Amino acid sequence: MPDHPASPDPAASVPAAVALRDITKRFGDLVANDGVTFDVRPGEVHALLGENGAGKTTLMRILYGLTMPDRGTIEVRGRPVHIGSPRDAIAAGIGMVTQHFSLVAPMTVAENLALGRVSGARLDREGMRDAVRRVSVAAELPIDPDARIADLSVGQQQRVEVLKALSRDCRVLILDEPTAVLVPQEVDALFTTLRRLVAGGLGVVFISHKLGEVRAISDRVSVLRRGQLVGTAPGDTDERELARMMVGRPTFGVERPPLAGDAGRTVVLHVGAVVADGARGLPALRGIDLEVAAGEVVGVAGVSGNGQTELVEVLAGMRAPTEGRVTVAGRDVTGLGPAGMMAAGVGRIPEDRRASLVMDLPVSLNLILERIDDFRGAAGLDHRRIERHARELIERYQIRATPRDPVRTLSGGNIQKVLLARVLEHDPRVVVVAQPTRGLDVGASEYVRSTLIARARGGAGVLLVSEDLDELLAVADRLVVMYEGRIVGSMATADADVDRLGMLMAGRLRASQAGTAA
Amino acid sequence: MNRQALAGLQSPVGVAVVALITVLGVTGAAIVVAGADPLAAWYQFLVAPLTSQFRLLEVLVASTPLLLCGLSVAIAFRAGYWNIGAEGQLLLGAIAAGGLGQVLTDVPPILAVPVMIGGGALAGAAWAFVPALLRVRLGIDEVVTTLLLNPVALLFVKALVQGPWRDPMGITESPPIAASAHFPRLLEGSRLHLGFVLGIVGIVIAWYVLTRTATGLRVRAVGLAPGAARFAGIPVERTLLRVALVSGAIAGIAGVSEVAGLQYRLTAGLSPGYGYSGIVVAMLGGLTMPGVLLAGLLLGDLTIGSSIAERTLSVPSQMGEVIQGMLLLAMVAVLATRAWRSRRAAIDEPPPAGPSPADGSRASPTDRPGEPPPIAAEGVG
Repeated sequence: MPDHPASPDPAASVPAAVALRDITKRFGDLVANDGVTFDVRPGEVHALLGENGAGKTTLMRILYGLTMPDRGTIEVRGRPVHIGSPRDAIAAGIGMVTQHFSLVAPMTVAENLALGRVSGARLDREGMRDAVRRVSVAAELPIDPDARIADLSVGQQQRVEVLKALSRDCRVLILDEPTAVLVPQEVDALFTTLRRLVAGGLGVVFISHKLGEVRAISDRVSVLRRGQLVGTAPGDTDERELARMMVGRPTFGVERPPLAGDAGRTVVLHVGAVVADGARGLPALRGIDLEVAAGEVVGVAGVSGNGQTELVEVLAGMRAPTEGRVTVAGRDVTGLGPAGMMAAGVGRIPEDRRASLVMDLPVSLNLILERIDDFRGAAGLDHRRIERHARELIERYQIRATPRDPVRTLSGGNIQKVLLARVLEHDPRVVVVAQPTRGLDVGASEYVRSTLIARARGGAGVLLVSEDLDELLAVADRLVVMYEGRIVGSMATADADVDRLGMLMAGRLRASQAGTAA
Repeated sequence: MNRQALAGLQSPVGVAVVALITVLGVTGAAIVVAGADPLAAWYQFLVAPLTSQFRLLEVLVASTPLLLCGLSVAIAFRAGYWNIGAEGQLLLGAIAAGGLGQVLTDVPPILAVPVMIGGGALAGAAWAFVPALLRVRLGIDEVVTTLLLNPVALLFVKALVQGPWRDPMGITESPPIAASAHFPRLLEGSRLHLGFVLGIVGIVIAWYVLTRTATGLRVRAVGLAPGAARFAGIPVERTLLRVALVSGAIAGIAGVSEVAGLQYRLTAGLSPGYGYSGIVVAMLGGLTMPGVLLAGLLLGDLTIGSSIAERTLSVPSQMGEVIQGMLLLAMVAVLATRAWRSRRAAIDEPPPAGPSPADGSRASPTDRPGEPPPIAAEGVG
């Protein structure tokens, strides 16, 4: 991206606290980081912005010694270092607070901070408490050393994680989407703390995909997209500009034939004012209204964690809504389980495809798992028919496997094709599909996308949830944007404007302001 | 252990072979300490029981409760229901047999024996019911509840034989059961009885159900990936509950088999831990039915062999149990190594597209992160 110079900051002369140079990391066919260079100076917050799967977490896992890069070097205060484990990272003054805290819930704050650093047979409990008080006072982060982790709120637990890193004299603190688990008041408190710590000379890497937060806290912003560094910009860069850097432009070669004349007339899926809780019992869907008609692909855009997972779970029969109605082809299916949803004609391809198949069972049996009873013979299962069925689908869906291969041995793309085949085989009226190409190579992605389009044009209604805007723009006929459990915008793909989509996804624009909202 | 040996551990057969070799090595040392020649001892333990028709039949007698309990445990484990309570369920079956046997005096054997079997199966299933219900309704760990009910069952047995059922002639035994309730003997001059046939038939049926039927596929899917099974519309809780009841019923039949086939009365020392040995059998057999058959016969062989070795070499008969325990430990150690290796491999390859949303997503009592059953799924059953 020539219009985003790599280092616009005049303070570039200050030596970096840590620097990653030319980091490349591949997982199979997927390039998670492609020659990325990133540094953080003492006394600054450097945000790492990007969509899910852009490579932010991989880059920071490399810095913290959890993943080994294929290429590239790490420097600490100008000197090259080898970081082969988190222990090396801690010794180099790097601390990390991950999304999932690594605290021992039944133990106290003091015990957690002492973990991994106690030696000898005797525990100096008073010394442990003193250590907590010292670092707590120094950082102005009050905490009770004797409180049990299990009794603390999520925000307080995060505070303990920060204190743990500080107690190990870290000079660079990596925060991986720290606000994802916090309520707004806790976010404010966290930002106040960060500003104070940064004023004291700490360097902070702030990973996020929320534009508002990034602008609020960062001195510099680096944007990753598909593993590559798009550019580094000052923290006060315009949100539209950041959104454009993050989202990019559609570049796909998928053919999307125009909608048939009668498409959009017959509603096959209606979601009315659906409210549902998330896995933690917090509200995740706050009144979703949505319609999908036969023949069309409706795309659901949004950054992860805004209720898409729960919406798909509700439609898959894996989560019961607390309010609202779901109808499929006019039939009320609210609260039905997986079997009921399937019987109503809903084909389900959720984002966690590995959790949707029995990985240790062969392809042939996974292909019949949703309708085992259809394959009963005179005495038990008709294995010959099961095998024939598998051969047919393997050929039709170009799955590179034999019927007897355990699904575990298949590549991600072929696993996705097994799911596709299992679902599409039965001519569902509605196809609910989430992140269908995540982790897939280009060829498999194109195949999956064109199959979904073909199925819609064949008469099904397709609801496509994706964090990949390029994919949505290429595949969907109509887009809706989810933010904090609500649909905040809706538009025909033909009229879609990437800037506006980015603003809607980042929660900077409401349906009322969105002009063409429908 | 070198790389090739570890590579061999990818198959259940390889696991069993490596475990066996390890066990022979370690127990050999113990036998030397006990003052015997290990080669001679192993001959007595493993081969001598097969050298005469009488001994061979005794091996089958000793195998009978092991086959039934191994079957009971293997079925439960295949569904991911960790029933450690076969011992207690066996004792409840034995109580039912001891009680029914006292009242079935005027009933012809053709009726009495099925009633005994049915009663024992019901009693075993009933003992398995409460832990199973707690698991599927409230997510309470069945490992703990089924295990803790075992001593309770034993106390029941003791209370009965020392109290209401105390035989005026004996000390801690119930009165003998009616002759019509005895399991028929299979061969003249041998103690081999109907229970052995029940074990074999049960294993064959279980093999057929698991590998060839829709029910079996559901059970396997639930055991291998409860979340994916639920997603595919399989009623996970109902499947678990039913499997737990069937498992308890089979263990109950093992209790009936001991009372009606050998002891002819309820005694406190009825089971030297057959329910626990059933776990060894199930694990050694890789949770497959042919494996359970072989492992049950092997442990029966060891049981007879250890008493032969005691007589001929003065090796303490407990050495048989030492070998059994070592077999289980070696098996578990090898499996743990395998699990550790595959987890290492998984850690080296993190999710390619960054973490999924912070939510744990669709957690439920039955989707537990614990080890999946360490078996090949599509194998022989």
